[in-house]
Amino acid sequence: MIDRQTVSRLEEIVGAANVSVAQSDRITHSYDATKEQFLPDVVVYAENTEQVRNIARLADSQKIPILPRGAGSGFTGGTLPVHGGIVLVLTRMNAIREIDSDNLIAVVEPGVITADLQREVEKQGLFYPPDPASKEFSTLGGNVAECAGGPRCVKYGVTKDFVLGLEVVTASGELIHTGGQTLKNVVGYDLTKLFVGSEGTLGIVTEITLKLVPKPEAKKTMLVQFETIEGAAGAVSEIIRSRIVPTTLEFLDATTIDCIRDISPIPLPPACRALLIIEVDGDPLLLEKQAQQILSVVQPMGVVDVRIAETPEESEEIWQVRRNVSPSLRKINPDKFNEDIVVPRSKVPDMIRALEKIAARYQVPIVNFGHAGDGNIHVNVMVDLRQEGMAATVEEVMAKIFTTAVGLKGSLSGEHGIGTSKARFLGMELNAATIGYLRGIKKAFDPHNILNPGKIFFEADTQPASVIEYEHEQET
Amino acid sequence: MRPIHNRPLSLNMSTNKKLKDFEEQIRQCVKCGVCQAHCPAYRLSRREGDVARGKVALAASLLDGGVKLEERLEQNIGMCLLCGSCVNKCPNKVATPEIVAAIRREITDNKGLSLIGKSVSTVTGSRALMQAITKGGALFSPLVLKEVPKSSGLRLRFPMKRMEARTLPKLPLRNLFERVPEFTRGDKDKPVVGFFAGCSITYVYPVVGVAMVKILRLLGYSVHVPRKQKCCGVPALSSGAGTAVEELAENNIKAFGKYDESIIITACASCYGGIGEYYATMEHADKTLSDKVIDFSVFLEKHGVVDMLRAMKPWPERPRVTYHDPCHLKNHGITAAPRALLKALPNVDFVEMEGASLCCGLGGTFSVSHYDASRAIGAEKIPGLRDSGARKIATACPGCIIQLQDSINHAGLEVEAVHILELLEEALMAANTE
Repeated sequence: MIDRQTVSRLEEIVGAANVSVAQSDRITHSYDATKEQFLPDVVVYAENTEQVRNIARLADSQKIPILPRGAGSGFTGGTLPVHGGIVLVLTRMNAIREIDSDNLIAVVEPGVITADLQREVEKQGLFYPPDPASKEFSTLGGNVAECAGGPRCVKYGVTKDFVLGLEVVTASGELIHTGGQTLKNVVGYDLTKLFVGSEGTLGIVTEITLKLVPKPEAKKTMLVQFETIEGAAGAVSEIIRSRIVPTTLEFLDATTIDCIRDISPIPLPPACRALLIIEVDGDPLLLEKQAQQILSVVQPMGVVDVRIAETPEESEEIWQVRRNVSPSLRKINPDKFNEDIVVPRSKVPDMIRALEKIAARYQVPIVNFGHAGDGNIHVNVMVDLRQEGMAATVEEVMAKIFTTAVGLKGSLSGEHGIGTSKARFLGMELNAATIGYLRGIKKAFDPHNILNPGKIFFEADTQPASVIEYEHEQET
Repeated sequence: MRPIHNRPLSLNMSTNKKLKDFEEQIRQCVKCGVCQAHCPAYRLSRREGDVARGKVALAASLLDGGVKLEERLEQNIGMCLLCGSCVNKCPNKVATPEIVAAIRREITDNKGLSLIGKSVSTVTGSRALMQAITKGGALFSPLVLKEVPKSSGLRLRFPMKRMEARTLPKLPLRNLFERVPEFTRGDKDKPVVGFFAGCSITYVYPVVGVAMVKILRLLGYSVHVPRKQKCCGVPALSSGAGTAVEELAENNIKAFGKYDESIIITACASCYGGIGEYYATMEHADKTLSDKVIDFSVFLEKHGVVDMLRAMKPWPERPRVTYHDPCHLKNHGITAAPRALLKALPNVDFVEMEGASLCCGLGGTFSVSHYDASRAIGAEKIPGLRDSGARKIATACPGCIIQLQDSINHAGLEVEAVHILELLEEALMAANTE
């Protein structure tokens, strides 16, 4: 619990209107997209870096947790105040400070909404590619904290590939700068990469310098239906092997297709057991050629139907098929466990087959779709937690899924992060020595453990009672 | 404190749902945060408590006793325009506006109506009062509210100090009911159409109502404009005046039917949301009225008016006109029909504007209770409007017209906010006199 004096100090720093201990405010800042809830002690809205520094100094001296928060749309509990403390809302630090078309960079505050930046740079013929599904509401600060991805990452890369520099407030309230405005920079350790994806556990990002690229002139969208998932995966390999890198290569598996068949704007016959949405971008003349080339290499893979969008409306119709997925999942069961494992591209069919076996063995529907181009599969275990013993079953299913992904030389998470929801599985992928290094880094940056405590590293007291920490299987 | 109105409930009457009736809906919120991108109140304040997800979390806590009706909660629940943009984009279609309205009613039951709520329920409940007020000169003027019977015991007062800067349309001396007959007979083979005009058209923009009746007559329909129709109830819903909503719903359902109308037309998006949607969601809902409600643009498009307009010779002088999507049409998927009419009009050069679908900021009584926020939301329309180069901004809701014109006046633009029906009447009447 935070004392009255500390609240007064916070009020001095950001103004009384931006500090609240009201129960309603604590409730509305207690959750994220995991649906878990933990009440913070106090909610603070910051408007500038100086305020953030003063808040950090205060929190560090009193050993009060700080939870930096953007849109609160994360899937792994990154903004949950599991140990209470200060929820530090950065949504109002939302200025785009600079768009530099000579050097192709943008300088932004962390509260800028991803799609708002994209619209602004596109007005100048520039492009910021990372496109998480939440881009219309998630903030760039949150994207940096989780290293967000998205469909376009096949061609362009993820958030970390676009962050050139950061201004960061440390746990003790110091201001540090990493990287800069240049593409090349080898002075000192690469702290930029360390902060990107650190889930708010190492520092509070208050300014971000992003790399931009020229906006592609045009794009072409295709939808290809396949008889089997092997066919679709084979098609992905063939496309990459033919030296074409599409902007996006999204796949839907048979369980997903069954969910949306009734509402799909494009007919999906029963023979269609997997589908790919392929988009290429660039020079319009080249696109036509690439589209034809893609069609010819995927043709031998058991194609049921092909559709190439000729107009923006037709392209929109194809994407509508993909957008129909999430809302349709609830038809199966009310509770969704949404994971984002990643495996090497060529292992996607193996992973899907393994998932089918897990679904059959545990009698739970598992719906899979996602980014085939980079092996990032969104695995959705759909259950009804009101059924007795279901929570324990889900726990087992999750463990099986993660073990399989890691066994295929993949990873627990491609773009959602670890947070609290996957902390107990960390040992499956990283050995004890590696985790020890991560802990050492955390300790060096944040000796009093005030920055987003309880994330990434497993803590039994902030997890549901039934869960156990998983050991690394090949520990030596 | 007791609710203001107190009367026995008749059996089978449509009544408002209680907050607990939304328990299942509230559970459906998966806290994804999508609503943040679409909520006009949140876009302004960027406070989680103001967005749908936050309000639904508060509703859940109210139900399980985790929070009481405290000041901050009331502020959060107040920051909602009931526009429905969140529902439209919500993966599980959680009905946040209905949940917010239910919480506002709980607040009312607990503390009594706010001053705004009192004014609204008294004024909108009484046709005589509406008439008296508009005759007096200014709908929102504190002077005219003196006309409100003192016997009600209410001290009725709009918080004018917050609205000093509001520019309002000049009010007409004769309202719609004094301009069109209650019933006009049309062609024998055409059905009778009911016209639900709503307060804004009846008292502020009767010319729009006149245009509607003229156009329907031109198409051969018999038109019934019942004198007994009252406010749709949206302002009362917005201010938590639950009893007033129930009374208005009951009244309006009874007001139609005399001529066996199979179609009830609205030309006000808010009324469409009220009589067309809200009545149908009430407890023991009587859907006889709701089932027949159709927006004028959809009706006219369906009955060949777009083709009729296309066949006309384009006028040599055509002002550039853009379109504003009223939330209560957009969120029911009605975006194409109004545009189809505008594109086909011979007297108009139609252009799209950026931000056409952004809320105007009016939101029932929101603009009265939160004038500054309302103005700031309205101001977001201006850059897109300015860039479009339009001389007129057409829309399909008189409430939006009041608000858009206020935003335009404050921005100093030379743009006129008009109803599509005014442009349509101009084209059709000119063609008819040729």
